[in-house]
Amino acid sequence: MVAVIDTPMVVADRVSKSFGSNEVLKSISLEVKRGEVMCLVGPSGSGKSTFLRCINHLEVVSAGRLSVDGEVIGYREANNKLYEMRPKEAARQRRDIGMVFQRFNLFPHMTALQNVMEAPIRVKGLSKAGVEANARALLARVGLAERADYYPAHLSGGQQQRVAIARALAMEPKLMLFDEPTSALDPELVGEVLDVMQGLARDGMTMIVVTHEMGFAREVADSLVFMDGGVVVESGVPTEVLTNPQHERTRAFLSKVL
Amino acid sequence: MTNTTATGVKTEPGIKAIRLRHPWRNTFAVVLLLIVALFIADAAMRPAYNWPAVGKYLFDQRISQAAFITLQLTVYSMVIAIILGVTLAIMRLSPNTVVSSIAWVYLWIFRGTPVYVQLAFWGLIGTIYQSIDIGLPFTEPWVSFPTRVALSAFILAIVGLALNEAAYMAEIVRAGLLSVDSGQEEAATALGMSWFQTMVRVIVPQSMRVIIPPAGNEVISMLKTTSLVTAIPFTLELYTRSRDIAAVTFETVPMLIVASIWYLFFTSILMVGQYFLEKRFARGIGDRRPDKKADDASAALTGVTPVVGSGQPTVVSPATDPYQGDR
Repeated sequence: MVAVIDTPMVVADRVSKSFGSNEVLKSISLEVKRGEVMCLVGPSGSGKSTFLRCINHLEVVSAGRLSVDGEVIGYREANNKLYEMRPKEAARQRRDIGMVFQRFNLFPHMTALQNVMEAPIRVKGLSKAGVEANARALLARVGLAERADYYPAHLSGGQQQRVAIARALAMEPKLMLFDEPTSALDPELVGEVLDVMQGLARDGMTMIVVTHEMGFAREVADSLVFMDGGVVVESGVPTEVLTNPQHERTRAFLSKVL
Repeated sequence: MTNTTATGVKTEPGIKAIRLRHPWRNTFAVVLLLIVALFIADAAMRPAYNWPAVGKYLFDQRISQAAFITLQLTVYSMVIAIILGVTLAIMRLSPNTVVSSIAWVYLWIFRGTPVYVQLAFWGLIGTIYQSIDIGLPFTEPWVSFPTRVALSAFILAIVGLALNEAAYMAEIVRAGLLSVDSGQEEAATALGMSWFQTMVRVIVPQSMRVIIPPAGNEVISMLKTTSLVTAIPFTLELYTRSRDIAAVTFETVPMLIVASIWYLFFTSILMVGQYFLEKRFARGIGDRRPDKKADDASAALTGVTPVVGSGQPTVVSPATDPYQGDR
C-alpha cells in the first residue's frame, strides 16, 4: 500500500511532441505527486497547453513516456516498445482525468445539471437518480445549486466555468487538468473560479494548472514550472521561483506578468 | 426630477425615444390587397379555370390515391436519403482517405448528373442487367432472378430519388457537423465519451440547428421532384395521374389546379413540422430563436425600453430579464 501512495500521480519521461517539423515539446521530464498542485507558466507558444493535452491523450506524444497513476497514457508497453492504443482504451483512461478548458466548452443544448450528468450516465452507465443527486451536490459545491436548470447561454463566464469544473468532477477523477481556466473571463469573475479551484486543492485533488494567475500560483500551488520554447526552464517552490528566479528567461517573463 | 433605479444609482430624467414610423408600408399593403382582390374576383369568373371541375376532381379517388403515392415516394426516399446522406457526410470527414474518396466520387456522380437522367437510367436497369445473380464471380450463381420482377417501378422510383437526394443531404449534414465548435468534441472526448457517443449526444444535436432549415427545403423539393419519376416510367403519382385524367377530359387547367392544391397542402404540413423541429433544437440558444422579436432582444441588451407616442418619458431601468444581472 505504501508503495502505491508513494508513486507519483504523473510522470513525464523525455516527452516530445512535434506538429510536422515544428517541435513543440522537447524532451520534457517532470513528476507530479499525489495531492500536489502544479502550476505551469510561460509565454504563449511555450508548449504548456500542448503538454497538458498530452496528459489525457488529446494530443498524441511523438516520443517519450507519459504515465498517470502508473499507467502509460495512450500506449501499451511491450518488449520495451510503445504501441498506440485503440480509441476505446484511450477513452477508458480519460475517464479518470478531468479537464477544464479555457473556453469552458459546456454543451450548449443541455442545462447545467444535464451537462454534469451526461458523462456519468453515458460513460459509466450509472443510474439516473443517483447521478442526479451527485450532480446537484457538485453544483452546490461550486456554488451554483440554484442555477442547475439554466442553459449555459444564460450563465456568466465564471458560472459556466464552475459548471465545467463540476462536470469534470462528476467522473470522480484522480487528476484534474486546467487549461488557462480564467483566461477567457472578465477580471471581476476570475476570483470565483479560483476560489473553487483553491477549495479543490484543499480537499487534496491532484491538479495541473496552466495559468497566468501568479497570485494563485503563489498561494495555492505546491510547485511551479516555467516553460519556454518547449523545454522546462525552471521549476521549484512557487515563492522561490517567483521571488528569486535563477534563469534570465524566467526573470524576463516574470517582470512582464507580475 | 431624478429617478432612482433598483441599484440605487440616481439618474437624470429620461429622454424620449420615438421609433421611426413607416406610413408607406400601410399604403402599399392596401394597394397590394386591392390588386389581389381584383385578381381573385376575376379568376372566380373566368371560365378557363373551370372551378366546378376543380371541386369535382379535388377529392376524386384516383387523385387522392395518387396524392398518397406521392407522399409515400417522398417519405421513403427522404428517409433513405437522410440515412445515406449522414453516412456519406461522416465518410467525407473521415481521416481515412479511401473512405473519404468513396464519398467524394459518389457526390461527384450523383450531384453532377440531372435527376431526370438518373431516373431514366434506373428505368432501364432491367434492360441493362437482365437478372440479379448472387454468388461468386465466374461460377454458377446460387440465386438468380429477373430484375424486372425483383424491382418494381415504384421501388426503382424510390431508389432513384433517394440516391440522388443523398448526395445533397450529405453536403447539408457535413456543413452542419462542421458548424459545431471543435471544443465540443474535445470536451466530450476528455470526459471519456466514445466517438459514437460524442456524435450522437453532442455534435449531431447541435448541428441540427444548421441542418434543419436546408433539409426542410430538400423535403419540400423532393415532394415536387416526385413528379419526375415519369421518366422511369412510373405513372401513379399525383402530377402524371392528373395529367392523364386531363388528357381524357380536356380539363388541363382545372387538373393542374387540383394537383397544385394537393402539393400545397402537403408542403404546408411539412412547414408546420419544420417549425416545431427548429424550436426543439434551438434549446439553450434562446436569444437567437427565430420566433423571438428583435425588440425583446434589444431591450434585454440595453435595459432601455423605448416608448412610442406616450406622454411619459422613458426611464432607464433594469430589464425584467431574470438573467440580466449575471450576464
